Amino acid sequence: MKNLSLVLLVATIAIIGCKPKSGVSVATGDAATKVYVAPGTYDEFYNVVSGGFSGQMAIYGIPSGRLFREIPVFSADPETGWGYTEETKGMLMTSHGFVPWDDLHHPALSTTNGVHDGRWAFGNANNTPRIARIDMKTFKTAEIIELPNSSGNHSSPFITENTEYTVAGTRFSSPPDYQGSNPDVSINSYKENFKGYISFVSVEKESGMMDVAFQLQIPPLNTDLARAGKGPSHDWFFFSCYNSEQAFTLLEVNASQKDKDFILAVNWKKAEEYAKAGKGSKKNVKYAHNYYDESKHTTISEIKNEVLVLDPKELKDVLYLIPCPKSPHGCDVDPTGQYIVGSGKLAALIPVFSFDKIQKAIDAKDFEAEYDGIPVLKYESVLHGEVQKPGLGPLHTEFDDKGNAYTSFFVSSEIVKWNVQSLQVLDRVPTYYSIGHLCVPGGPTAKPWGKYVIAYNKITKDRYLPTGPELTQSAQLYSIDGDKMELLLDFPTTGEPHYAEAIPAELVKGNSVKIFKIEENNHPYAAKGEKEAKVIREGNKVHVVMSSIRSHFVPDNIEGVKIGDEVYFHVTNLEQDWDVPHGFAVKGADNAEMLIMPGETATIKWVPNRVGVFPFYCTDFCSALHQEMQGYIRVSPAGSSVPLTYSTGKVTKEAAK
Amino acid sequence: MKSQLIIALFMGLLLTACGGNEDIPGTEGKKPESMLGPKTESEKMISEGRGIGEVKSVTLATPLEQDRVKRGKDIYDMKCSACHALTDQRVVGPGWAGITKTRKPEWIMNMVTNVETMLERDPEAQKLLELCLTRMPNQNVSIGDARDVLEYMRANDGEQ
Repeated sequence: MKNLSLVLLVATIAIIGCKPKSGVSVATGDAATKVYVAPGTYDEFYNVVSGGFSGQMAIYGIPSGRLFREIPVFSADPETGWGYTEETKGMLMTSHGFVPWDDLHHPALSTTNGVHDGRWAFGNANNTPRIARIDMKTFKTAEIIELPNSSGNHSSPFITENTEYTVAGTRFSSPPDYQGSNPDVSINSYKENFKGYISFVSVEKESGMMDVAFQLQIPPLNTDLARAGKGPSHDWFFFSCYNSEQAFTLLEVNASQKDKDFILAVNWKKAEEYAKAGKGSKKNVKYAHNYYDESKHTTISEIKNEVLVLDPKELKDVLYLIPCPKSPHGCDVDPTGQYIVGSGKLAALIPVFSFDKIQKAIDAKDFEAEYDGIPVLKYESVLHGEVQKPGLGPLHTEFDDKGNAYTSFFVSSEIVKWNVQSLQVLDRVPTYYSIGHLCVPGGPTAKPWGKYVIAYNKITKDRYLPTGPELTQSAQLYSIDGDKMELLLDFPTTGEPHYAEAIPAELVKGNSVKIFKIEENNHPYAAKGEKEAKVIREGNKVHVVMSSIRSHFVPDNIEGVKIGDEVYFHVTNLEQDWDVPHGFAVKGADNAEMLIMPGETATIKWVPNRVGVFPFYCTDFCSALHQEMQGYIRVSPAGSSVPLTYSTGKVTKEAAK
Repeated sequence: MKSQLIIALFMGLLLTACGGNEDIPGTEGKKPESMLGPKTESEKMISEGRGIGEVKSVTLATPLEQDRVKRGKDIYDMKCSACHALTDQRVVGPGWAGITKTRKPEWIMNMVTNVETMLERDPEAQKLLELCLTRMPNQNVSIGDARDVLEYMRANDGEQ
């Protein structure tokens, strides 16, 4: 085996050596040892990566690039039962009904004093506007809140310095909700009837519970990305926008007319004061709020009907516009909170704005115009400076712990490192290919952890073995320890990765929940011990209160179910040991299997549509006798007189003959 | 780079080889002391039939402590009854009848609270694994709860 490894190594080196130099990355020097995490040892960082159109969030180790887990968030997952079990269906409820999919673009990791605290990860649903909160103790989605008055929840779920708020800005403006929906108007009436909204969703300090605290109604712009201020700019939030043209058709052309669009500077602290003083108006809307009760292992899902809307035109001092070239996308605040970097998708330079200058300009009312009643600051008055000729198509910027910025360039397919103070370009490396977002561990926080920059690419083309028309998505890891960035590793990703954050493993791993305590299981159909296992008939509903432990179910023989019945298998996993989930699957189930964690209860609904005897079994290999972990349920015709019976381990005398 | 990798690979092999030894019966004594606690004390406990774990000695009272018996029964129903009958019949694990006559109380409590190490080190626990072929799961029972379960076992064995 050693010899084989040697041969492989030599062959790999030979292959790398053969590649032409132009357009092909060469991992040089000791790149392999820098990403080698020996078997049985741990990675240094958790990388929390958005799944894009998968609707989920994925967890990787850095520097190895190994995938640990895909967390079901907005998309139903028949593997675990997420969105299929009776307990989790409610998590995907919206004002539109059950929406079992979405498009998750941005994670945001909770911070205290601007520094990662390892408690929660937030994620946005771009399509049916929602924000999810993932608990970093269980790596499960704990809460999902829908946003009223919203379409295209893209500039979300970025958070304030102490996670006071997570925000949501509308990428698509639309008519305000009225009686539960937005009204029937002509699209041509865009300028008159359409509005943008920025929602501030409060996050309760201890529990993390979210609530739409207030919304700002803004002109019908397309708000794109956002970052909170920090330190001196703590009270402010910055949003990029495009389409200051207010186009509603062929935006590719019609929303690219003006030289400059805007960065919106929102004084959220002031807005919060106005909201508390009742300065807004309460609107009748409809949105869902769903959260998971860990003690009952069940979702609480409710529809809310009211939201407080503030009008910045009336309030005067909560919103200012900063001109920014040209169709800005990324809007990133450096670790000191002093500099705001706008990245115009079509711009050939990067403007960096100064928070001090913004404050001075506001105090001096140094405005160049009004836009729909909102004051527009003078570009030159608030500019710290411009990074000249950085590359083509700047998108996003992250920061390290040494005063440097790293900007991704989609069109020229590279990462460019530059100094925030001097605005000098220091280094550039190609990415393979067409980078979108990028991530420096702690890059958006007041305390970047540095060490690496990770590129999340839009195209992989020839980087991996081909798999038909659809290729893997990918990320690339670069070292930023030295003056020059150094490519270390390519690794494939699930879904389409947009934004990602990385957090030191030390801040998370010690908090991981290992089991749910069976004593604390308050599920109404929990079988806390085999003695509590039973089958109850309520009309045509049959509740099977079942327990599972290595390697049997109680009950495992059930008779007396009839056509027309709805059977609910409530399965409690009695195990109290880490890493011993049990699975449950029943033949003909048209929804899903489910995985039940130790101490948890989960329920799958099964409606038999034919007479017969149907096996059920454990789908998660649990023990040497896992194959024996099975049972039968008998379904008789409607009106049959077969009595309801259930047992485990009982054999009638007749059968024993 | 090549030589470093080779070394890393070679070391990986060495580590794997070391790991492999752990599963070979009779070589447990070669493990580092730090993993197992003082050799002499744990070996003494095992040889005296007290098992291995945090429970070094248990004081039993007569008559039985009835509140313990009741709590022990509740824990049995929730965490033990799936595999252990109260008779001498083996289900998944051995039946409990007579256990307090054949095992020392320390052994019972260590088996309940420290099952992984018991199955690795204690010859009596290993004999039971060979018999039942299902590893007893760690059911996250605290030492206090295990003491209650022990009292329930004594009641089950007819003590007053």
